[in-house]
Amino acid sequence: MSPQKTTRRRSFSTRRGLVIAAFMAPAAVFVALFTYYPMLAGSQMAFRNWNLNNLSNTDWVGLGNFQKIFADPNFYVILGNSVLWVVASIVPQFIIGFALALWLRRKFVFRGLYQALIFFPWAISGFLIGILFRWMFNGEFGVINDLLMKAGLIDTAIPWLAEPGTAMTAVIIANTWYGVTFFAIMILAALQSVPDEVYEAAALDGSGKVRTLFSITIPYISTTLALTVLLRVIWIFNFPDIIWAMTGGGPANQTHIITTWMISITQRGDYGQASALGLIVVAILLVFSAFYLMAIREKKGARS
Amino acid sequence: MINHETPAARVVRIVFLGLWLVISLFPLYWILITSFKTPGAIFSYPLTYWPEVFSLENYISLFQKSSFGTYVFNSLLVATVAATVATFISMLSAYVLARFEFRSKGAVLMAFLVTQMIPAFIALGPLYLMMVQLKLVDNRFGLMLIYIAVCIPFSTIMLRGFFANIPDALEEAAMIDGCSRFGALFRVIIPVMKPGIIAAFIFNFVNCWNELFLSVTLMNKDENKTIPTALNGFISSFTIDWGSMSAAAVLTIVPTMILFAFASRYIVQGLTAGAVKG
Repeated sequence: MSPQKTTRRRSFSTRRGLVIAAFMAPAAVFVALFTYYPMLAGSQMAFRNWNLNNLSNTDWVGLGNFQKIFADPNFYVILGNSVLWVVASIVPQFIIGFALALWLRRKFVFRGLYQALIFFPWAISGFLIGILFRWMFNGEFGVINDLLMKAGLIDTAIPWLAEPGTAMTAVIIANTWYGVTFFAIMILAALQSVPDEVYEAAALDGSGKVRTLFSITIPYISTTLALTVLLRVIWIFNFPDIIWAMTGGGPANQTHIITTWMISITQRGDYGQASALGLIVVAILLVFSAFYLMAIREKKGARS
Repeated sequence: MINHETPAARVVRIVFLGLWLVISLFPLYWILITSFKTPGAIFSYPLTYWPEVFSLENYISLFQKSSFGTYVFNSLLVATVAATVATFISMLSAYVLARFEFRSKGAVLMAFLVTQMIPAFIALGPLYLMMVQLKLVDNRFGLMLIYIAVCIPFSTIMLRGFFANIPDALEEAAMIDGCSRFGALFRVIIPVMKPGIIAAFIFNFVNCWNELFLSVTLMNKDENKTIPTALNGFISSFTIDWGSMSAAAVLTIVPTMILFAFASRYIVQGLTAGAVKG
């Protein structure tokens, strides 16, 4: 930076401050007022008796709401469901998304059109995707049973959404279908950041396709991969829409994850308990993120 | 050459890409086909993969049995206004966050990122009470205000990635030529930024168009409902009228599909710019 430029910047510092404040203010006000304020207000409800059906008594109850949750055996089942939901959705999403991204790197005719078509599901709401799959997994008129029977894989129609085990499988399939695209986009973007020279060097050394993938491509984009996975874990953990539309948490609460459970508690009017559950979610995700980021850092340190 | 591909690899690639295309599009095909079947054909066995008669009966009954036209209008109004305002506001904040160094910058970025992680449901109850106090329950303007706030953090992060890709020299030249900062931003930067702004707008629009839980909480009267709220009402009833439901689903998907077809490459660019630079 030239000395002239520095003085110019310095002499306008008040003005510069005004520009920053004026440009930042609308965003800051909106987010503070309609996101942070209700979030903080919601957090304090977690320590109160806060029920829409009885607002005459909104006393502080300390950790009462939390105790109620931890004493409820459903909580542990639902926590297990949430973990299953995240892991069983993210693993196939990641693998299929990665494969798509690798194959999409090569130019071919209609690649733009192809990308637009396969990226499209991502523009549909999770809720509507739930409705689509609820119809396809319908026990009597569902197309999935029909296709499976035509393929000779099953003999009789499966009542997918009426049985706990198959209902969970069905919601996870729907979520996988939905999430592949996002991984494909992010990984494709990351792959494009790998310089060609790196591959040329690898080719000169005579390393094969698989070897190149594991010892060059993946390490090169590992930071992006790790962060994308982290963001997706958080997002899927907090993503009730598909389940809400497909099963509403049923049958017999068996497809509830924490956030769908939270919605059904909210609908009963018990905001105190729902907020307590919300804080538990935040705590779980914070602890998970901290451990995850630490693990990544350690791995990086070990390699270099 | 790195781009060398053996015939076997080529076959695997084409089969995989083809298969995934079919899997991606099949649910959409199926709901579209269902929406054009006669109610009798929807519930007949064996299933038909191509209807003998294409009927508009489901669409007609959807509009007759519910005020679907009103829901579409509400969704269009709320999503368009909220996405426009949110994109404009985000553009200003993204510009500042990309161009200036200031003390609270890290904190602002962190505050925006955190909004993406905390479950929105914590805010649901207090937002409802706040809207009661402001007399904005069952009010489209109230819903717009909240949607604007929900859209700002992500579109700011996304646009910041775009701004960072544009060289400083461009607006410095404009300012030396006598433009104010505002002038430089609007005359020089924004034209260059068009793909990013379109991407952010579409992203915001799609998010508002699809949003469910806030609108379910805030919109009770039939004349104020948005499409997702109305769909939620349909599935909560004991028997679902799958004919009308599939027609409603198609009508919900089509507008986003049109927007997406027109701008998908901007969206991909926008997401990736935000991802790589953010």
